[in-house]
Amino acid sequence: MATGVETPKQVAMADLKGKVDPDWCPGCGDFGVLAAVQKALVELQIPNHNVVTISGIGCSSNFPGFINTYGMHTLHGRALAVATGVKLANHQLTVLVTGGDGDGFGIGGNHFVHTMRRNVDLLYIVMDNQIYGLTTGQTSPTSRLGMKTKSMPFGNLEAPVNPISMALAAGATFIARGFSGEQKHLTELIKHGIQHKGFSFLDVFSPCVTYNLDNTYQWFRPRVKKLEDDPAYDSTHWLAAMEKSLLWGDEIPIGKFFERTDVPTLHGAEPVLNEGPLVDSGMRIPPDAARKFIEELM
Amino acid sequence: MRQTFAVGIGGAAGQGVATPGDIFAKIFSRRGLHLNAYNAYQSIIRGGHTFLTIRTGPQKVTNMGDRIDLLIPLNQDSIDRHLRLLTAGAACIYNADTIKPGVPAEGVQLCPLPVSDLADITRNKVAQNTLAIGAGLNMMGISFQALENVLAEQFKKKGDAVVAENVSIARAGYDYAASKFKPFERPLPMTEHRYAVLSGNIAMAMGGAAAGVKFYCAYPMSPSTGVLHWMAAHARKAGIMVRQVEDEIGVVNMAIGAAHAGVRAMCATSGGGFALMSEGLGMSAMMETPVVVIDCQRAGPSTGVPTKTEQGDLWQMLGAAFGDYPRVIAAPLDIGDCFKLIPEMFNIVDRFQCPGIVLCDLLLSEGRLSVDPKDLNFNSQIDRGELITANGVPVGAGTNGAYKRYKITESGISPRAVPGVPGHTHTASTDEHDEDGVLISDEFTNTVKRRAMMEKRMRKAMGIEALIQAPALKGPPNSDVTLIGWGSTNGVIEEACEILNEQGIIANQLQIRWLVPLHGEAINDILKGSRHTIIVENNYSGQFARYLRSESSYVPNGYIRKYDGEPFMPHHIVEAVKEQLTGKTHLSVPAHEVMV
Repeated sequence: MATGVETPKQVAMADLKGKVDPDWCPGCGDFGVLAAVQKALVELQIPNHNVVTISGIGCSSNFPGFINTYGMHTLHGRALAVATGVKLANHQLTVLVTGGDGDGFGIGGNHFVHTMRRNVDLLYIVMDNQIYGLTTGQTSPTSRLGMKTKSMPFGNLEAPVNPISMALAAGATFIARGFSGEQKHLTELIKHGIQHKGFSFLDVFSPCVTYNLDNTYQWFRPRVKKLEDDPAYDSTHWLAAMEKSLLWGDEIPIGKFFERTDVPTLHGAEPVLNEGPLVDSGMRIPPDAARKFIEELM
Repeated sequence: MRQTFAVGIGGAAGQGVATPGDIFAKIFSRRGLHLNAYNAYQSIIRGGHTFLTIRTGPQKVTNMGDRIDLLIPLNQDSIDRHLRLLTAGAACIYNADTIKPGVPAEGVQLCPLPVSDLADITRNKVAQNTLAIGAGLNMMGISFQALENVLAEQFKKKGDAVVAENVSIARAGYDYAASKFKPFERPLPMTEHRYAVLSGNIAMAMGGAAAGVKFYCAYPMSPSTGVLHWMAAHARKAGIMVRQVEDEIGVVNMAIGAAHAGVRAMCATSGGGFALMSEGLGMSAMMETPVVVIDCQRAGPSTGVPTKTEQGDLWQMLGAAFGDYPRVIAAPLDIGDCFKLIPEMFNIVDRFQCPGIVLCDLLLSEGRLSVDPKDLNFNSQIDRGELITANGVPVGAGTNGAYKRYKITESGISPRAVPGVPGHTHTASTDEHDEDGVLISDEFTNTVKRRAMMEKRMRKAMGIEALIQAPALKGPPNSDVTLIGWGSTNGVIEEACEILNEQGIIANQLQIRWLVPLHGEAINDILKGSRHTIIVENNYSGQFARYLRSESSYVPNGYIRKYDGEPFMPHHIVEAVKEQLTGKTHLSVPAHEVMV
């Protein structure tokens, strides 16, 4: 991704501080994700005016307001569609999409699948807390089977989706999982996802301390195992990644599951963008072309 | 009365109705004649009944008219449906081997072609079509050379042998007619003019290109898909990014994303797709990111009649998305206007940073019209409004913390910085926000801020109303009757007025192009002087009549409505006006006599 070179000023944490402080519940996993994103942008030295942070609706979707970049706080489930438009109109921008599991895998499931197969060059961070928080605690697409919530008080009858396997099946070219409780590791994954040319999917365990008392920090900590700690694991191997993605229980892998770099990005594949971003291209149809368009009709 | 001549070609889908249609259209337009083409068809790829009407003449032809002069039925079903509707002076050319004609009205000439004698039908499956074209052109008094040229172009890609074969079949039909059939009384004239022939969908796509649209996306839906097809085919030459998206929700959101990043973005759909887009319209309004959405109306509700026309989406447009917000809605008056309206709409929505809706319908989207190439202007004015781009930050625009994206201004318009501009970072939000873009619902909602932002956005509506043109009365003053219509009925109402005037009933017309904002007071002032007013529209409930009443309290004397899927023909309106002027009724629903 382009990192905008025209600003000589060094990018510091203070530049990325939002106009208001986050209003998440104390202890919410999303704080850790916000800090990791800010750290990643500082470490990569990407000026804030070249970054667009785009979200849908939900607790975690309030993210763009808490970071000083260009931001869009769009509709529930629609962030990826909006982000695709932004990226195609100006592919020099670094596009980050942030949201939750309900936003991304429930109401936005259709866009999730299609944006991955298009290999749109952006980083999609899902703050996955396995619950609907902002609507005060209902079952989400990643809530475990049997989990009791306000909307399913007798236990969830529906099996959860597996976001990592879904991303693999849909053709995402960078797929990783992080944990809000593992700051340094998460920051590295975010940096990697930003730098990857293509669709980067990062599912982050970001515990909801108010409404999900099942999947807490304490629950995750002993279970998460970094893929990076296994020297035998080959993240270019799709089948191996698919197999790892199915692990859930006493051992839950985090880290980079999969990456391939041989798939063209959507903006890279479209010759219309060869001359540069659309936003910088002239608005007038060349007179020769315009004349031909009319002659075809005569 | 204008001199016009209409050819009707009927057959099953897949029988090749389109090719003779294209050939006639080319020959007419190259003679310098105007033309209007309308294809009545069904949602079927093979079979059913398709009926193409091409009406031509030396003056502007605004609709399909009331009569067919030459009927070419390609199968028995087509002659059974249409022969009975021909009147004196008309002719019917048909394949005598396969079709039994029945008894036509007096003065209608039956022209049987002995197809298997004239051509080798084992070699050429559509020989009957080509023979009929040759015969028809002879009867219209058009030289064979004109047909030969068009056939050469039409079949060029298939090689010289195919061209020669088709020319010889056409020649056989042409010569046969010369010896056996009576020519039409008034041969078609020639003029020095040259026209482009295009559909409303092509016109809107080209209008978008002329407006500087750089991003177009869509999900296929009849009758809007033609816009996508033109855009996709011309994208690379026009420098436009064209995407087919997974659904219309994705479409509108992607278009808004592109618009937000600073390009002009457009999309088109029909009523069902638009329903999916409506939440996005609200986002465009709330974020103050301009986008243009075209709705090509078809007969609803729900999937409805996918291949038939209607003006039934007006209230969907008026009510699209919840909450109050400024929007612009305009309905093009004809296919030429489909082109012209798009750059106008973009200038308004860019300036006022709100969504714009172009309310077209199947009649214009898929119909074809001759348009003077000069009216397809690729150099119309482009006004992007108060836009701050990386190419130039205007003096005084301020930077962080002086820059406020949603600054409260008298006009309601706040200078818009696009992502990438240093010093202007902000968040655009669908949540209510303050001048700085900060969500007011995050901690403490604030009634003062909420009210101020509502009023700021809504002030833009006044600016829009002041900018757009109020409607004007067409035709003689002091009329016996004023016909009020909107959008695509412009041409047919105009012709109905002409016919009424010839018959001694003084009629004039008020056609509405800008629907929102609606110039309610101006309309009231105009209609004050009318003795009898009738609102004509292509829907069941009188959607425009109800809207006009809500905006101006105006109640007309009567209504003419049609909701059978087919457009108005001039005589439908003429007869209904006469019926209403005698006081028999104030609501007429003309029956469509042609079973298509």
